[in-house]
Amino acid sequence: MMKRTIFSNQLLPWLLLAPQLAITFIFFIWPAAQAVWQSFLREDAFGIRSTFVWFENYERLWQSAEYLNSIQVTVVFAVAVTVLSMGLSLLLAVAVDRTIRSARAYTTLLVWPYAVAPAVAGILWWFIFNPTIGILPYVLEQFGYDWNHITNPDQAMALVVIASAWKQISYNFLFFVAGLQAIPGSLREAAAIDGAGPVKRFFTITFPLLSPTTFFLMVVNIVYAMFETFAVIDSTTEGGPAQATNIMVYKVYFDGFVGQNMGSSGAQSVILMMIVIALTVIQFRWIEKKVEY
Amino acid sequence: MIEHRPFLNFLTHLVLIFGVALVVLPVWVAFVASTHTATDFSSGIIPMWPGPYLVENYTQMLDTGVSTSGTPPVGRMMLNSLIMALAIALGKIAISVTSAFAIVYFRFPLRNFAFWCIFVTLMLPVEVRIVPTFKVVADLGMLNSYAGLSIPLIASATATFLFRQVFLTMPDELVEAARIDGAGPMKFFRDILLPLSRTNIAALFVILFIYGWNQYLWPLLITTDAQYYTIVAGIKRMADAVDGLPQWHLVMATAVMAMLPPVAVVIFMQRLFVKGLIETEK
Amino acid sequence: MTRIFTASATALLASLTAANAQTEIQWWHAMGGELGAKLEEIVQGFNDSQDEYTVVPSYKGTYPETMTAAIAAFRANEQPAIVQVFEVGTGTMMAAEGAIVPVYQLMEEQEQNFDPSAYLSAVVGYYTDTDGNMLSMPFNSSTPILYYNKDVFEKAGLDPEQPPETWAQMEEFSKQIMESGAAECGFTTGWVSWIQTENFSAWHNQPIGTEQNGFGGPSARLTLNGPAQVQHWGNLKRLADEGVFKYGGPVGGDNAPPMFYTQECAMIMNSSASRAGVLANATDFEVGFGMLPYYEDIEGAPQNSIIGGATLWVLSGRPDEEYKAAAEFFTYLSSPEVQADWASFSGYLPITEAAGEEMASFFEENPGADTGLRQITLNEPTENSKGLRFGNYVQIRGIIDEEFEAMLSGSKTAQEALDSLVERGNAQLEEFEAQSQ
Repeated sequence: MMKRTIFSNQLLPWLLLAPQLAITFIFFIWPAAQAVWQSFLREDAFGIRSTFVWFENYERLWQSAEYLNSIQVTVVFAVAVTVLSMGLSLLLAVAVDRTIRSARAYTTLLVWPYAVAPAVAGILWWFIFNPTIGILPYVLEQFGYDWNHITNPDQAMALVVIASAWKQISYNFLFFVAGLQAIPGSLREAAAIDGAGPVKRFFTITFPLLSPTTFFLMVVNIVYAMFETFAVIDSTTEGGPAQATNIMVYKVYFDGFVGQNMGSSGAQSVILMMIVIALTVIQFRWIEKKVEY
Repeated sequence: MIEHRPFLNFLTHLVLIFGVALVVLPVWVAFVASTHTATDFSSGIIPMWPGPYLVENYTQMLDTGVSTSGTPPVGRMMLNSLIMALAIALGKIAISVTSAFAIVYFRFPLRNFAFWCIFVTLMLPVEVRIVPTFKVVADLGMLNSYAGLSIPLIASATATFLFRQVFLTMPDELVEAARIDGAGPMKFFRDILLPLSRTNIAALFVILFIYGWNQYLWPLLITTDAQYYTIVAGIKRMADAVDGLPQWHLVMATAVMAMLPPVAVVIFMQRLFVKGLIETEK
Repeated sequence: MTRIFTASATALLASLTAANAQTEIQWWHAMGGELGAKLEEIVQGFNDSQDEYTVVPSYKGTYPETMTAAIAAFRANEQPAIVQVFEVGTGTMMAAEGAIVPVYQLMEEQEQNFDPSAYLSAVVGYYTDTDGNMLSMPFNSSTPILYYNKDVFEKAGLDPEQPPETWAQMEEFSKQIMESGAAECGFTTGWVSWIQTENFSAWHNQPIGTEQNGFGGPSARLTLNGPAQVQHWGNLKRLADEGVFKYGGPVGGDNAPPMFYTQECAMIMNSSASRAGVLANATDFEVGFGMLPYYEDIEGAPQNSIIGGATLWVLSGRPDEEYKAAAEFFTYLSSPEVQADWASFSGYLPITEAAGEEMASFFEENPGADTGLRQITLNEPTENSKGLRFGNYVQIRGIIDEEFEAMLSGSKTAQEALDSLVERGNAQLEEFEAQSQ
């Protein structure tokens, strides 16, 4: 896709690009290069002594049970957040799509969690689930279920998944609503005339036609769960108990800033950057495809 | 609505009401907690209705804060958050509009290379390269400054992409017309392109404002001077109490105040917000 | 934009402090809540006592957070003059030659009247180098003790003046309390690492590492998986499964105090410095104090407990006049009156002999307030009960929490958890040794 008519200046475009390129270079490309360099070094906490150790930091990562655990935790977490959040959102979007008069009011009531900071969402759910004074453990206790995410790894995981998914409901909801509205009504009417009930119609027509939206949201949610939930983890479990919720992006920070192991943190940064770039390419191709028609 | 099914309608509303309740629950609990005193929680169960201490708790946070948990007055933190959010939103829009203009309306050597440089930053969160980025900002002497809080977060490609798409869908005749009138590129940019992208800019502003306001790790790390604390990062410091109970009623009052501005923006500018969200596609 | 801001802010500050150009120094600390309020009061006292220097205290979160913030700031050349570092950070700080100004040297250079022998030997030993020079300024040293709910004891038909002395009694009392319905859990604890692992070992005269628990140098390795520790952790796991013991979370165990305050648990083992918080929050019941329980079948128990808490380190790279201010401030902090005031309010140990004498009447009026002091001076310290000094110990503390949690969740036995702890902890020590070559 190209413009047919353009301006022919040579210097001006560079001036226009300069601010963004400068910021990109100083705050992204340069630190990224430093992360790569750091990943080949061993340094003490205060940065006074450092030695070049080649790939030792990477080797240690692959041998470390904690890192492998962190990868596994990240996968479980990302899948759980994506499924939970998208499932709920789709249900709500289909419901809103059915209502005519109250659709707008419901939409307003459902979209605002988008604006709540992940850190705040974490604090809110942490408070609700607080084993000593929280409301939900109290309710669960009445049913004979003992909630204590401080010792129970699965419950801790459930807590961070719920908090992260809650925050993402509005985003998915809006995209599903937009996707549903783009489906021509005539298709559904035709199916209705053929005698297909609402459930059957949903599975044979609506859901397949939503698949581009679903795929796009899946990528977005995985990226969200992997890279944007740092604040949720930090404000609730801090990766515990026993690293049960220590997702990769949290581990980079924790090993670097708290563990003072710069080399390992650098190596983890490099690995994460590769993952991000791969995911970006997938997402980007999808965007480009959409632009074509 | 194709056919009329009362039971299905009932179910639809039931689902939606459940959804709304799920969305509201944590915020309601937080609000209720912020209207009680600390001792109301030590009995071990949180009340479900607001108590009488709303004004007292909020004034305490707004006026004095809690110095013993490193929390300056909330008013100050809100101001810092506002400055950071505005700087990030306006900064991103400014650099993205100009660079998208350069990429779409000019042909020059290395154009693709420049485009890829920007593209690489797409959705790469600062958390991933946190350690070296912190170091760069520290070396530049930008810790504890508004510049340090905002500028490093301006580098992102999403907004550039959005404007690139907006410009690509503009009719080519616009440039022709401008040329015939003898307008240079900057005049064209200022008088035609910017006014035509007004809604996109507004929609994007809403999204970026929320993004900026909700930043957490970055302000937490680079501000060690209470003058520059932002509210979202401040909550974390309050919730960490050594040898004592966190003062939940005050933590929650702060959390409610941290939510208010961005939530208000979403509710009052819903149309722009939805547009911005769907268009940027992150 | 920013320039306008900073300019106006500077102008404002200048107008406020135009009265006299004072030297201002930053003190980063980890004292939250009531302790933080008291600390600010003490600093205010210093600032009011003279007009040359101003100390600005700022709370930086938990101990590990404060320490990592200071290290990150040092790397960025934004360090405060004084930082409060908890005892397990000592190894890391000592190894950081060039990043710190040893206190003995500071006091010497600034010509302050400073006598290391005035401090309690249990405290000083922890913070001196092999030549006997004091490297950091003791400020708040504590030791873990047992707090119990007298009202609950009474309800359960126990003698409210008789805290449990052994682990057997601990279990027996707890079960009696739970069966009588006086409380739903027997006990909880703060600081699994510090109290149930390190202090447990000293209290039972068991080593936790080679080279005299690390005092001998960076080649030290952990030996935490001995039979005594395995017995104790296993016991805690069993009691947790029976609901007698409730775990309060990693690091300091933030959720343990609320369980004690809400009378859910009848007893809590926590720092002697929790005293202020306990007295402020335990509004509905009488609190009793006791020493840590011990196992009768372990030879050598009870020995003596070891200290925790923190000392003040001075970081290098600040302007000269700031060091003058820091030295003045330290002299003020060590004065018997300030020390006694701080210790009697907080429950930290009086760290000088003079301060201890100053507090005699306070101890008389407040039975139980000297529990920590009596416990730490119970016997002459052995090689196993002097304390510990390992590098990267902040990280090792994290590993202790993780392995304890892994044991509680049932994925490891006590033996497996402690073996894994030693293995992972030693990897940290090897890394530290390599870094400091």
